[in-house]
Amino acid sequence: MMKINLTHTLIGADGPLHLNIDVDIHDGELVSLYGPTGSGKSSILRMIAGLMKPDDGTIEVDRAMWYSKSNRLFTKPQYRHVGIVFQDYSLFPNMTVRENLTFALPQGEPTRIVDELLDITELKNLQHKKPHLLSGGQKQRIALTRALVRKPRVLLLDEPLSALDSEMRAKLQDYILKFHAEFKLKTILVSHDLPEIMKLSNRVLVLEGGRIIKDCPPRALIA
Amino acid sequence: MWDFAPFILTLKLSLVTTAILFIVGVPLAYWLAYSRFKIKVVVEALVALPIVLPPSVLGFYLLLAFSPQNTFGRLLHEYLDIQFVFSFPGLVIASLIYSMPFMVQPIQSGFQQLPRTLLDAAYTLGKGRMTTLIKVLLPNIKASLLTGCILAFAHTIGEFGVVLMVGGNIPDETRVISIAIYDEVESMNYDKANMYSIALLAFSFMILTIVYIINYNHRRKIEIL
Repeated sequence: MMKINLTHTLIGADGPLHLNIDVDIHDGELVSLYGPTGSGKSSILRMIAGLMKPDDGTIEVDRAMWYSKSNRLFTKPQYRHVGIVFQDYSLFPNMTVRENLTFALPQGEPTRIVDELLDITELKNLQHKKPHLLSGGQKQRIALTRALVRKPRVLLLDEPLSALDSEMRAKLQDYILKFHAEFKLKTILVSHDLPEIMKLSNRVLVLEGGRIIKDCPPRALIA
Repeated sequence: MWDFAPFILTLKLSLVTTAILFIVGVPLAYWLAYSRFKIKVVVEALVALPIVLPPSVLGFYLLLAFSPQNTFGRLLHEYLDIQFVFSFPGLVIASLIYSMPFMVQPIQSGFQQLPRTLLDAAYTLGKGRMTTLIKVLLPNIKASLLTGCILAFAHTIGEFGVVLMVGGNIPDETRVISIAIYDEVESMNYDKANMYSIALLAFSFMILTIVYIINYNHRRKIEIL
């Protein structure tokens, strides 16, 4: 169970945006954040990952407090057990596919999980290639796989598929569903694509003006 | 007859300065690239100051600071037995300050051109700042590191005003190639001055060509990515 209660003021092109989020996410849920650009979706992911400090509130995951303003507690991103996938892949260009994955392993940890993941994602034949030699879909598959090497409790997907063509999108969506179920994750997906939200998530949070204005199953969005 | 001592001294000064600047410049550039402290603009301005300041101004104040007539210079001399004025170590200190922007600025710009999400990805993969710097950031700004080293090295080779003020013209100690050229002109030995100058000109041209080749290749690599 993940309990998020955050307030934060973002300064955007249209002036300040006051984020005020209070939501619980249960184990096994795949929740989509949906809303217009600039409504604070990516910032929420960054705050959950520890890449951004909220102004106030708490973040609690599986009874472990990651952030509490009143207790002056802030767990660094390195210790949060979060996997995050960005739209721009963020693969390390100086490393091969395999090195990108082994980089995520804690020191001294056996590389068995890397081999397993390479098998599952059918990336074994690409493991010695550098990222710039790969297609967008392959890069995002690697980024997704890399985010899982540390067996995170929470998977954060920041518009991971928006730069891909529809065929590659569908394939990657299947991988996301597979991983979400297999690793028993709490997954939060930021997406603008309604069919994608329909296919992947079992709950949608609609954001507007920094607040959740709707918390519903995906089908209710088109109803 | 060629006197190679100024060449060797210039090379020694440039190598020592570049090596120290690399060690100091990488952490400083990293801090300038990623720090959110407001004071960093002051530090940035201080680092860039030698680009706009006449070298004689920098040399003059260093001369005053290192002079045994003044407190700092006297303390150095009395307690540490160090004399920076008219000595090779003094030249190194002056060169470090004088060439610092040529090392720091390319590296800072290299860090700033990397996507911020590379750092974010490394942090969420459990890696600390040092590991991220050594394994992710530095290997991806090799061209900037090389440019910084080459420019700092070349700039130190060409310095004149600062060297003249702080080091004077002592053979084998502070008489670098630019001072030797000036000295030969003063003595009306134009042939010798010409030979030194051609060597310096050819070297500087070669260095700049190398920098542009590196940057061109780097830009092409980025375009491919």
